[in-house]
Amino acid sequence: MYQLIDPILVAVLLLNFAALGASQLRTVIHAIALQGVLLGVLVVVAHNEFTIWAVLMACAAITLKGIFIPRLLFHAIREVSIRREVEPIIGFIASLLLGGLGTALAVLFSNTLPIAQEHVGSLIVPAALSTTLTGFLILTTRVKAITQVVGYLVLENGIFIFGMLLVEAMPFLVEIGVLLDLFVAIFVMGIIINRISREFSTVSTRNLSSLKE
Amino acid sequence: MLISQIIVHVVLLLVMPPLLLGVIGKTKALFGGRVGPPLFQAFFDLIKLFQKGSVISSTTTWVFRAGPVVGLATAILAGLFIPFGGHASPVSFSGDLILFAYLFALGRFFTASAALDTGSAFEGMGAAREVTFSCLAEPALFFGFLVLAKLSGSLSLTAMLDGPMPNSWGAAGASLVLVAASLFIVLLVENSRIPFDDPNTHLELTMIHEVMVLDHSGPALGMILYGAAMKLFVMCALLLRIVAPFDSGNIWVDWGIFAVGMLALAMVIGVVESIMARFKLTFVPTFLVAACLLSAFGIILLLR
Repeated sequence: MYQLIDPILVAVLLLNFAALGASQLRTVIHAIALQGVLLGVLVVVAHNEFTIWAVLMACAAITLKGIFIPRLLFHAIREVSIRREVEPIIGFIASLLLGGLGTALAVLFSNTLPIAQEHVGSLIVPAALSTTLTGFLILTTRVKAITQVVGYLVLENGIFIFGMLLVEAMPFLVEIGVLLDLFVAIFVMGIIINRISREFSTVSTRNLSSLKE
Repeated sequence: MLISQIIVHVVLLLVMPPLLLGVIGKTKALFGGRVGPPLFQAFFDLIKLFQKGSVISSTTTWVFRAGPVVGLATAILAGLFIPFGGHASPVSFSGDLILFAYLFALGRFFTASAALDTGSAFEGMGAAREVTFSCLAEPALFFGFLVLAKLSGSLSLTAMLDGPMPNSWGAAGASLVLVAASLFIVLLVENSRIPFDDPNTHLELTMIHEVMVLDHSGPALGMILYGAAMKLFVMCALLLRIVAPFDSGNIWVDWGIFAVGMLALAMVIGVVESIMARFKLTFVPTFLVAACLLSAFGIILLLR
């Protein structure tokens, strides 16, 4: 099953571009939901066998990243009734190009890293780096709080892919703990979004940069 | 290369393009629940147009008359460089992929110049859109060619698409999927298909290609339509060879597979046109940049 890793990671990388280039929030959320499901599948593929922990871990990842968090986000955009990211700080074409550049640099950079022998030539490290970069990009260049949550999710997905390198060494509890952290963070962000929208009647984080006297 | 093969190649290139338009039209009609125009409607249109006289504005110069001729001639020439379904193309030399891409650019240059020559602000706007989009489509095409060139180690279209294609899928499937997706977007944009442009709109401010040819009539318009159909045919042939590189061994069976594949590809385009709405004009550059990124990503995967 090892040869399935690279195709899955290619799909994950393409979904990064979809999340960067789409202005419709629904499209962006669908993209990261699909990415979450793919990462869940990746866990089983990377373990290379159907152990009970691998399957449990995959199920947890798919339920949380692929179903639960996206539903939460869909609920949030319904609640505050916004459809699209209108004015990102960096435009969509520019952020797509930056994402492409980031991916190219990630591939170049990971070639110079001293990686364990069995991971040389695999896409895991470049995919993890470029997904993390994409997360940073979304997190910093979008102004709507919900898109920033999405950016955080993509960032976490990048770290999750990094974890695939340590799949034999990392205990199950640690991985579950990471997922729990993610869940709590999204939960807190949801509350913050709620507060922003109640206070300012929009969810643009631009409002947060000016102090109230 | 046998002379009979060259004849089949040229006959297919000259006869089949209008048929693709017919298949696309029929597919769209089927989705709309209509009977639709006959399969050979594009032929009838062309025959009708070539029998007509034409009106040429007195403000235009020879550039206006050269536009359709050059457009058709470059499309036919480009068609001679593309191998159809595993057969060697009639003309090929190392580096012909650059000539192939710029033959289309030359045709586009003359079509746009002819539009500007009329002095109509409306056609000038169309020409501006056309060249803007094509300068974004060009890198996508070239990145795609780069992947194929790297895979085959050759710079000639015949060598790139002929021999190694079936084996390349095993070696670099991911790259080829990306290139195919990118070329499909380029194909839809360059041939003014929905979702990027609507070939059937005639008086809307949103159209791109159609607006440039409003002043042409009679045989000139016929040449433009024929040239556009041929461009669609040639780009479909390029895409088809990447997507479905089947070789049966028998030359004549291969020609059959090619013809059926082309019709199937035309149906796919018809389905895409039926199920998608036209994008807002401002989104088209975004998609073209995405197409460039797809091909570029294909190269990265290959060079890794």
